[in-house]
Amino acid sequence: MDNLLQQLINGLSLGSIYALIALGYTMVYGVLRFINFAHGEVYMVGAYIGFSIAPRIQESIYRIFGEPADLYTFHWSTTLGALLVLVGAMIFCAALGVLIEWLVYRPLRSRPRLTVLITAIGVSILLQNIVLTHYGATPQYFPEILPDHAIEGMGNVIITMNQIVIFAVTLLLLLTLHFVVMKTRIGTAMRALSFNPTAASLMGINISVVISFTFAIGSALAAAAGILQAIYNPSIDPLMGILPGIKAFVAAVLGGIGNIPGAAIGGFVIGILETMVVGYISPMYRDAIAFAVLILILLFKPTGLFGRTEREKV
Amino acid sequence: MTKTGSRIGPKTWLLIAALISFGISLFEKRIDPYFHDIIISIGINIILGVGLNLVNGYTGQFSLGHAGFMAVGAYVFAAITAFIGPGAIAALGGGTLAGLSLYVVALLAGGLGAGLVGLMVGVPSLRLKGDYLAIVTLGFGEIIRVVIQNADAIGGPRGFSVTHLLGAYFFPTFLCAALCVYVVVLLVHSTYGRGFLTVADDEVAAEAMGINTTKYKVIAFVIAAFFAGIAGGLYTNFKEYIHPEGFNFLRSVDIVVIVILGGMGNTPGVIAAAVLLTILPEGLRYVAGWDFLSPQMQQIAGNRMLLYSILLIILMLTRPQGLFTRRSRLRKSL
Amino acid sequence: MKKLLEIDQCTVQFGGLKAVSDLDFSIHENELIGLIGPNGAGKTTVFNLITGVYRPTTGDIRFEGASVVGRPPYRITARGIARTFQNIRLFSSMTVFDNVRAACNMHLHHGISHALWRGAAFEREEKEVNRTVSELLEIFHLQHLREAPSTGLPYGDQRRLEIVRALATRPKLLLLDEPAAGMNPTEKDELMRLIRFTQEKFGLAVLLVEHDMKVVMGICQRIAVLDYGIKIAEGTPQEVRSNPKVIEAYLGDTDA
Repeated sequence: MDNLLQQLINGLSLGSIYALIALGYTMVYGVLRFINFAHGEVYMVGAYIGFSIAPRIQESIYRIFGEPADLYTFHWSTTLGALLVLVGAMIFCAALGVLIEWLVYRPLRSRPRLTVLITAIGVSILLQNIVLTHYGATPQYFPEILPDHAIEGMGNVIITMNQIVIFAVTLLLLLTLHFVVMKTRIGTAMRALSFNPTAASLMGINISVVISFTFAIGSALAAAAGILQAIYNPSIDPLMGILPGIKAFVAAVLGGIGNIPGAAIGGFVIGILETMVVGYISPMYRDAIAFAVLILILLFKPTGLFGRTEREKV
Repeated sequence: MTKTGSRIGPKTWLLIAALISFGISLFEKRIDPYFHDIIISIGINIILGVGLNLVNGYTGQFSLGHAGFMAVGAYVFAAITAFIGPGAIAALGGGTLAGLSLYVVALLAGGLGAGLVGLMVGVPSLRLKGDYLAIVTLGFGEIIRVVIQNADAIGGPRGFSVTHLLGAYFFPTFLCAALCVYVVVLLVHSTYGRGFLTVADDEVAAEAMGINTTKYKVIAFVIAAFFAGIAGGLYTNFKEYIHPEGFNFLRSVDIVVIVILGGMGNTPGVIAAAVLLTILPEGLRYVAGWDFLSPQMQQIAGNRMLLYSILLIILMLTRPQGLFTRRSRLRKSL
Repeated sequence: MKKLLEIDQCTVQFGGLKAVSDLDFSIHENELIGLIGPNGAGKTTVFNLITGVYRPTTGDIRFEGASVVGRPPYRITARGIARTFQNIRLFSSMTVFDNVRAACNMHLHHGISHALWRGAAFEREEKEVNRTVSELLEIFHLQHLREAPSTGLPYGDQRRLEIVRALATRPKLLLLDEPAAGMNPTEKDELMRLIRFTQEKFGLAVLLVEHDMKVVMGICQRIAVLDYGIKIAEGTPQEVRSNPKVIEAYLGDTDA
């Protein structure tokens, strides 16, 4: 029982990462009917941006607040520093997402989806290689910006501080997203756009702004996932976005592509599934499980758990 | 488009191509190894590109896992060479004829194995459209690679070394390339083959005109997989070392770029693109060595994928029909 | 006259919406039938139903006595039903000639091996196909455009080409989906002559969906009227024209 609980906890932290990335896929698909192949790379860039700015932020924090007494407990200063790193990466990637959309995807909006898909693959490879050229291929070590140790008193089950941070940040971001999508005007515009673009524009919605906004949020969430992942597992490399990107995509499809809560749920499911398979069957199939799920879904229920069917008008 | 006028029929052209390859191959040993390597790679890329063009170009189905089929062919060939090879050759009395026979058998087995895998992948996948088909074929390509990577008997993550079964590389490679072109071109230009194009143009209309679109998609897929398998075998015989990472998603992207650059559904264009894209990395490597460029520029020139991706993006933005196709022939699906 | 197509109590339901309700409708050999109704009445749905694009939620469809429900569209075409489309769906990458040639695929005897070997049998059949296609194009005055890209044709020619392409499948029943759309009066007259000619020359039954009343009333022997997926009237053009239910459906309730 303890082992199962442990797997669940680990699965949920992994799933949180996938959920955050999956949301970006699903939102962009919702408004554009397009799979943003380069989304996994935004996650990777987020981690690298964090890697770049963390030392400088840490330095500034130390100068203003003095060095913390120990690296074992939470201090306001280090928490603030970590928050700045997170927000910094999110803002940068939001801008990056908007830039990519504006430069590359927007000119192709009237073209068939295949063209855009191929272009997205190009963007994905480009991002990988820009980072590769700038930072090198060898993995970098993400600095420790938050204290990490196991929480006492849980018996045989281990939860680490990092996992708590992941849960907390993910929950906060999910709630914020829910609020934005459901209660704000632009969120409603996003939903309207995903149902019927023509009607939405006829109602006075500025499609381009909404699309940019969608990319911005999705990319910010992916960046957050990158930072959280880098805190959890400090080794980062330019190709770290490929597999999580694909798995998060599978999660989005599992939840029903275009469906926002579905993407989050899908993310957690895939995370837990992957952890369980590795824990109970074999680590060899870690990556294969997501592909297997994808193939099964697409063959038997392509609309996913919560998605809508769309009929082609003949 | 009915072919008229030429009194030299296609079978004759094939024979001429075979004879010319054979003639050139007599001088194979005299060619500088560096250029020899490039030439053989060109031949292999032609087979891969022309084969994939049947699926992506003529039939309009976006397959992103083509390297997986090449892997199947490569490893089948390697397995036969390594495990059955010595025994079989001895049983056949040794000598070059035995080696040649085994070579042909291994190559065909690789192709057929890849074709079979193509069938297994194609039948369930080809029900999907566009983006989804692309992702699923990518997934299958990766699954194939992961399976190979975990199969210790054929080297797994360490790769697999074999000795070549046949010392001649030029003739088999270009004979197979000629055959591949022959098959694809002849097939597509027959009335039967027009069916492939209808699937790319408008599946609903195609079905309404009595064309079994699923059958055509699967047939294109299997034929392309077969030739990819052959290419894999040729590659293995030549390089004498294969590794799962050599057949990953990026390799599939390589082949897709060849098809796009050449023009989807433009076989001569794809052949030209295969030549261009095989030579390009070598050219870049050369440029990267120019000392008068800044280290930054040198590094960029040396990063093939960086330039590839920029090329791909620019191509899609400005000239999605490829370098060698006129804009007017741009099909709806692109 | 023999019954060719029989739609038997068919309902097509999408979620909560009944596009077609309890439709009973028959077409006999050599009949020229019209299907009319206001926009959204379900006319194209009926087409899609007959050609197998949609499956009826309940009910049966029989062609020459045998049920076609559940058969994939290409098999239904093989039985002898061909169609044109409301929004022209030509094969855009191919020439006029090849568009028709592609539709001959159904009746081919040769397959991959023949196409690759190119023996005598193959050459013979290709010549046969060429001849058939050329003849068809000639009859419909498109032969001189045979090598032109199909999408480059003027609108009226494209519509004609779609009909020729459908005819290449050797149908017994031809479904025409709003063939007069976008045509001027002269072209419409020509179209009416063309449809009558096609029907006589090829001995077909024709089911015509059309909005233009002049065309429908002008050539159809019998007309069925749909409104909100229900057949509200059926009969000769005169009967239908004076049917109060039909008038109400098109013009609205005069008492309101």
